[in-house]
Amino acid sequence: MTAGEEEQQLPIASNDDVVRARRLVRSLAQECGLSLVDQTKLVTAVSELARNTLVHGGGGSMRVCCPQERGRRGVRAVFEDSGPGMADPEQALTDGWTTGDGLGLGLGGARRLADHFELETAPGSGTRVTVTKWVR
Amino acid sequence: MDRVPVLQIGRILLVSIQFDLEDESVLNLQEDLADRIVSSGAHGVVIDITAVEIVDSFIGRMLATIASISRMLGAETVVVGMRPAVAITLVELGLSLGGVRTALDLEKGMRILQGSRAGREGRSGDAAADAAADRILSPGRDTDLR
Repeated sequence: MTAGEEEQQLPIASNDDVVRARRLVRSLAQECGLSLVDQTKLVTAVSELARNTLVHGGGGSMRVCCPQERGRRGVRAVFEDSGPGMADPEQALTDGWTTGDGLGLGLGGARRLADHFELETAPGSGTRVTVTKWVR
Repeated sequence: MDRVPVLQIGRILLVSIQFDLEDESVLNLQEDLADRIVSSGAHGVVIDITAVEIVDSFIGRMLATIASISRMLGAETVVVGMRPAVAITLVELGLSLGGVRTALDLEKGMRILQGSRAGREGRSGDAAADAAADRILSPGRDTDLR
């Protein structure tokens, strides 16, 4: 089995974990052969999402893997928390919209930086965000 | 916890970020730097991000905040050494760091600060500070930054 096909999981419970999440995704992105710019975009998106999981979701987890679909390879990160969730995901994706004291660029920015972005959430049932970057 | 060292060259403060910053270290740096600007009377701050692999919205906001705080305290900030991939990512993220001056490398950043100070105070500034900065700007002499 090639490196990265197995899924790895990391808890997101502290600021240290945000740094760990960035490092784990960086090394996986290098192994999978993402270009330097795409590595940087993915790791930046992961940093935003990991911080969201920590700050807005009250902590959670990140799962990462290197999926292969239709002959292409990529890196996928899934962030899950059981926090308050969001009533209006579209609003949360709008730049500048924030419940905390951030810039409100996290979700919308992560969506722009990833090739594939999925947000599943509902009030009271937590949030799951999936980002994928494919090798070009 | 790791603290980012703040170095002084003449009346310019130099912050070189050498490791993956945790959010708490970023907040400490803001306070350390504000204190040092006041205690040293620095007129300029250079933040070197050559070693920084990613700038997300948190670190981006930190850079903008440091520039604003420094301005309030009479010092100008230049961010130097941004990697091309970081610049591309920042723009796509939606952060253009409008209020932050940038330069390609440390040498150009130091020149910007010296130039703007010369403009403000006339050419007869603090000779010791200029000499100290000149040492940094002349490669191959007694100071080696790399």
